Amino acid sequence: MTSAAQDDQNELRDILLATAGKLFEDLSTHEVIQAAETGTWPTDLWNALEETGIPLALVPEDQGGAGLPFADAMAVLRLSGTHAVPVPLAETLLATSVLSDAGLPVPEGPLSIAPVNESDRLTLTKNGTQDGDGWSLSGTATRVPWSRQVGYMAVVAMAGTNKMVACVPTSGLATAPGSNLAAEPRDTVTFDAHSLPAEAVAPASPGSAGDRLYELGALVRSVQLAGALHRVLIVAVEYVNERKQFGRPLGKFQAIQQQLALLACEVAAAGAAVDSAVDAAHTQNARFHIAIAKARAGEAVGYVAETGHQVHGAIGFTQEYKLHHSTKRLWSWRDEFGAETTWQEQIGQSVAAGGADTLWPLLTSS
Amino acid sequence: MQEFQFNPVTFPPEAEETRANVRAFLADELKNGGFKPRANCWVAGDTGFSERCGAAGFIGMTWPKEYGGHERSALERYVVIEEMLAAGAPVGAHWVVDRQSGPQLIAHSTPEICKQILPRVTEGKSYFAIGMSEPDSGSDLASVRTRATKVEGGWRITGTKVWTSYAHMADYIILLARSAPLEDDRHAGLTQFIIDMSKDGVSTSPIKNLHGGGDFNEVVFDAYFQPDGWTVGGEGNGWKMVTGELAYERSGPERFLSTYTLLREFVRTVGDNPDAASARAVGRMVSHLSALRHMSTSIAGMLEEGLSPNLEAAVVKDLGNKLEKEIPEIVRLLAPRETGFDSREDYEQALAISVLEAPSFALRGGTREILRGIIAKGLGLR
Repeated sequence: MTSAAQDDQNELRDILLATAGKLFEDLSTHEVIQAAETGTWPTDLWNALEETGIPLALVPEDQGGAGLPFADAMAVLRLSGTHAVPVPLAETLLATSVLSDAGLPVPEGPLSIAPVNESDRLTLTKNGTQDGDGWSLSGTATRVPWSRQVGYMAVVAMAGTNKMVACVPTSGLATAPGSNLAAEPRDTVTFDAHSLPAEAVAPASPGSAGDRLYELGALVRSVQLAGALHRVLIVAVEYVNERKQFGRPLGKFQAIQQQLALLACEVAAAGAAVDSAVDAAHTQNARFHIAIAKARAGEAVGYVAETGHQVHGAIGFTQEYKLHHSTKRLWSWRDEFGAETTWQEQIGQSVAAGGADTLWPLLTSS
Repeated sequence: MQEFQFNPVTFPPEAEETRANVRAFLADELKNGGFKPRANCWVAGDTGFSERCGAAGFIGMTWPKEYGGHERSALERYVVIEEMLAAGAPVGAHWVVDRQSGPQLIAHSTPEICKQILPRVTEGKSYFAIGMSEPDSGSDLASVRTRATKVEGGWRITGTKVWTSYAHMADYIILLARSAPLEDDRHAGLTQFIIDMSKDGVSTSPIKNLHGGGDFNEVVFDAYFQPDGWTVGGEGNGWKMVTGELAYERSGPERFLSTYTLLREFVRTVGDNPDAASARAVGRMVSHLSALRHMSTSIAGMLEEGLSPNLEAAVVKDLGNKLEKEIPEIVRLLAPRETGFDSREDYEQALAISVLEAPSFALRGGTREILRGIIAKGLGLR
């Protein structure tokens, strides 16, 4: 890209982020987030988000989407993590990619994806032998995000040895509600020979979003983590500068300064790892960089959330104060699409397979 | 609150060419027994190796050609140094001048001084040290008491510097001294002098580190005569010069790669089918290294643009030192060895050096506590 084109691109991104930031600031309020925890869908927030076209950011323009650069969509998602936005934006971005990559139509409204656990196996069988015959979907998907509150899910299932993508309406599905630590819906959905028309199913070609669902899930959660980690830093700095004890702001105490400095370092490292993964998301090394991002951002959560709470004292432990919106999401998201150990082990095994002398070339490959 | 900026950089194609050249150079060196890989290799100096680096064009990468430099980008220089460090090459002799003293001379001394000094530096034949700490001035650097008193045609300098790495091999020392009486503004009245070590009035004696080796020294100035004009940044600007070097000094790959060779040998030791705990440990360390490298290269990009990312550099150094200190603590539990400095096996020797030299990592170039104070200030807490 020429530098002038790059400048235009950066300017567009700045405008997008300013728009999204204002929207989140105005509509993802403490009350809205609190109400979402007890199951109230934030209608105004979602509708405003849809009006911006952001949920369809990753759908190409010729398929009716916004066709934004991937990095821009991830930048908005990161901001949504910063604002603890209580809607399935990550899931919708993921589902729209899965569907549009498979050439399936993308339904309107919030969407989800399944399965989110690698051990959940869903199968598709053909209802007949003709091309136009439909399919039956079977199996159980655990911890499906937001399934109660979306109209459709992009489901990845095996038809024999072929990986397929199906667009599945949620009405009529057997759903057992569950939630994560932040009270975001994480439901168990059972597909009992669920019937689907032929046009709702398509192959997931190698390298497509459906084929890479788990790693892309890890990537979007990492991006959200980076945003929420940043929020804890902002809130903590704000708090220690205001709160006075022993006649001076907490932020004047070296003990507090040292802790927050380290907290800031963790936030920066997680952010850097996530930036690399977003940049590499469509390269040959994508999985390596996504593994690094999920492992590094997930690891940062421990210190950041713990220290964020410690410097707040008791007020941070209350529902009325905003900190828990971020920390509860951090504690949840770090375990979704693979905890640190899952990804660390994959990195370690791939390094070991290559051998000691390939580690450095691997680290420096772009 | 100041936002940290770690914008990603893309290495230009010529940087990847440079990388291939450095790798070929290092492979040759290893084949010919030019050096033995060492953990924490940038405290290991080998003048022969430095001369071969100079001949290969790897010193003064970014400097003007009229001073013997190669007029390459900061990112190409970055590639050279990270490859050297990852290989465990003995870059110590030319390290300080290549990293900061050379750039400081170019930016803040005179063309005559640069023409006189730098060509030999780029040949790998002339070295620098930086005289900052004193017996009573460690982290509180502005309290230095080495005194420069104005005399006709120059200055008389008296005082003692300690922990001065490579002073025993250095042809020049950039010396921080008090050149005017201490007043309310303690950062005023300091000057950085370019000291010619071949002249009378300066003597160097080694300070052995805890394992009896090491690179640092005590340097005593006894009425040393310093001619006018040989300063970095001019009289009274010493503090500004010192803080201006910090981003160079704190953001480079030497701040997180000091125990990389130990990690590499650990990977070799656990083999191609490691247990889950070892695989996870490798994965974790790699995730940290990768994030740090991203931040560090980002700073190299910012330095190239003429910015002074001191805050970001403090973040890289603090996190990097934490990692390089942690690596020996992690691997020793997964592949335990009783080891000594004389151990001949690569993993064991890297472990011994890493354990014994780790205490220096978060001291040199700014202690952890100072760095965190800087970061806290950047966050708006002071």
